[in-house]
Amino acid sequence: MARAAVLGRLNWLVGTVTAVRDETATARTIVLDVPGWPGHAPGQHVDVRLTAPDGYSAQRSYSIASASASAGSRLELTVQRLEDGEVSPYLAQTLEVGYPLELRGPIGGWFVWDPADPAPVLLVAGGSGIVPLMAMIRARAAADSKVPFRLVYSVRSPDTVIYSGELLAREQAGESDGVSVTYVYTRTAPPGSDGPARRIGPAALTADGWLPKQAPAVFVCGPTGYVEAVAGILTRAGHDPGLIKTERFGPTGG
Amino acid sequence: MEYLDGNALGGALGEVFAVDVTAAVGQCASCGTSGAIGQARVYPDAPGLIARCPTCSEVLIRLVRDANRAWLDLRGISCLQLALPADR
Amino acid sequence: MGIVSPGFAGRRRSGSEKLPPGQYLVTDFPVLSAGPTPRVDTRKWELRIRTETGQEHSWDWDSFLRLPSEDITVDIHCVTKWSKFGTGWRGVSVDTLLAGVETAAEFALARSYGGYTTNLPLQDLLGGQAWVAYRFDGKDLVPEHGGPARLLVPHLYFWKSAKWVNGIDLMESDQQGFWESLGYHNYGDPWREQRYWGD
Repeated sequence: MARAAVLGRLNWLVGTVTAVRDETATARTIVLDVPGWPGHAPGQHVDVRLTAPDGYSAQRSYSIASASASAGSRLELTVQRLEDGEVSPYLAQTLEVGYPLELRGPIGGWFVWDPADPAPVLLVAGGSGIVPLMAMIRARAAADSKVPFRLVYSVRSPDTVIYSGELLAREQAGESDGVSVTYVYTRTAPPGSDGPARRIGPAALTADGWLPKQAPAVFVCGPTGYVEAVAGILTRAGHDPGLIKTERFGPTGG
Repeated sequence: MEYLDGNALGGALGEVFAVDVTAAVGQCASCGTSGAIGQARVYPDAPGLIARCPTCSEVLIRLVRDANRAWLDLRGISCLQLALPADR
Repeated sequence: MGIVSPGFAGRRRSGSEKLPPGQYLVTDFPVLSAGPTPRVDTRKWELRIRTETGQEHSWDWDSFLRLPSEDITVDIHCVTKWSKFGTGWRGVSVDTLLAGVETAAEFALARSYGGYTTNLPLQDLLGGQAWVAYRFDGKDLVPEHGGPARLLVPHLYFWKSAKWVNGIDLMESDQQGFWESLGYHNYGDPWREQRYWGD
């Protein structure tokens, strides 16, 4: 893992925005070039700091969306704009190609998927919690890994799915190359779906290949309430809590 | 419901420690439970960062920063096991 | 200071001559917490004053509410730089609580449900400078803001206004509280910008 190989304290680095890409009406991917970037492991995040001319600053954490291998100094963040957010509106709307962005990272060695781990992987995403899990999916592809991956992705409605095209492509890539994806629509289900919109429940999370006895590595990411609910369902279903790793987005996010 | 995972400490601790602490295994000095620091409950909205034991809720780690000082209290952890790169 | 982010202004904030140095004004009421919010049943609530000789004076919720109380409007200043003007509270003056208490102590340590502590000179709790407040903005004080009752000491940084207060120890020697033992200033006067040790 990149971070473990490099000893050194984190410092603030300045990256430059080289591209931006809309993912949904409210989420945008920012591509950054960060000179001196040491690389990162899938699941890690950065802290982003914005400073106003009078010195006032605000800081938030964002998961890295891109896989690291051979990316050099390039990394991607996907930011969901929150209505009353202080930082996310700046990142999702104001920031333009050429702008500087101060960040610190890569951070976190626990909520990380190791391509050398043969255990099947269950990813559970709530809304913009898909971001670090997408980094894991991309890292799996970059490593040409055949480890079975299953993604359960809760969204409000079909148009709030981030990376929808890419997820479809990866799903269709075939049984061992692809990733199996289950969507849980909590507000508006698409036409033809097998049931009305509903919150995530045990049925979505218990599927063959990812049962407790198969000891999958589980990664859950999303708003705090969602993560709590999912972790509860999984532990009650018999999953070893030690194999469940969580990343909560608190109300302070945004 | 008002807490985050230990990952939320990673940035601040990363300025003090040369190695990642979120994957380190700590033993709670109050109840003896061991676990990854990533599993701690972090209360980020305070005049400092506070990490609490997910089992007994006692304080594990406290960290305060000003512009050029950090104050760190690790008394809540009786032992911290850190992964270091192997010697060459 | 970090590099300036082009086009970033941050949350609406303003300056004013009435603000202590380094502060900005907010219109909401941020909630800062070092742990889970205690949920205290007023049927079990107790406020206990302990003197340096071990004498104790305590009130349960009903006897506390029977004490004379007052409505006050004060400005509050948090060490994290936000200030709020004209906050309205109802509380019992600490002068009232200490009226029947014999003590030669110079220092006080406020204690809270949940384990929080903060220290200050006893003098700063007297002379109409401090209250145990149980109503804010015309309503019962909610747990997120320290209810059922919190200490209110507006002339010092707001971390001294211990939420969920349940005791005040009067002591002959000073003892650092939760934040004071971790870099925050022992006294905490916002007008002299005493945020951290050595300020």
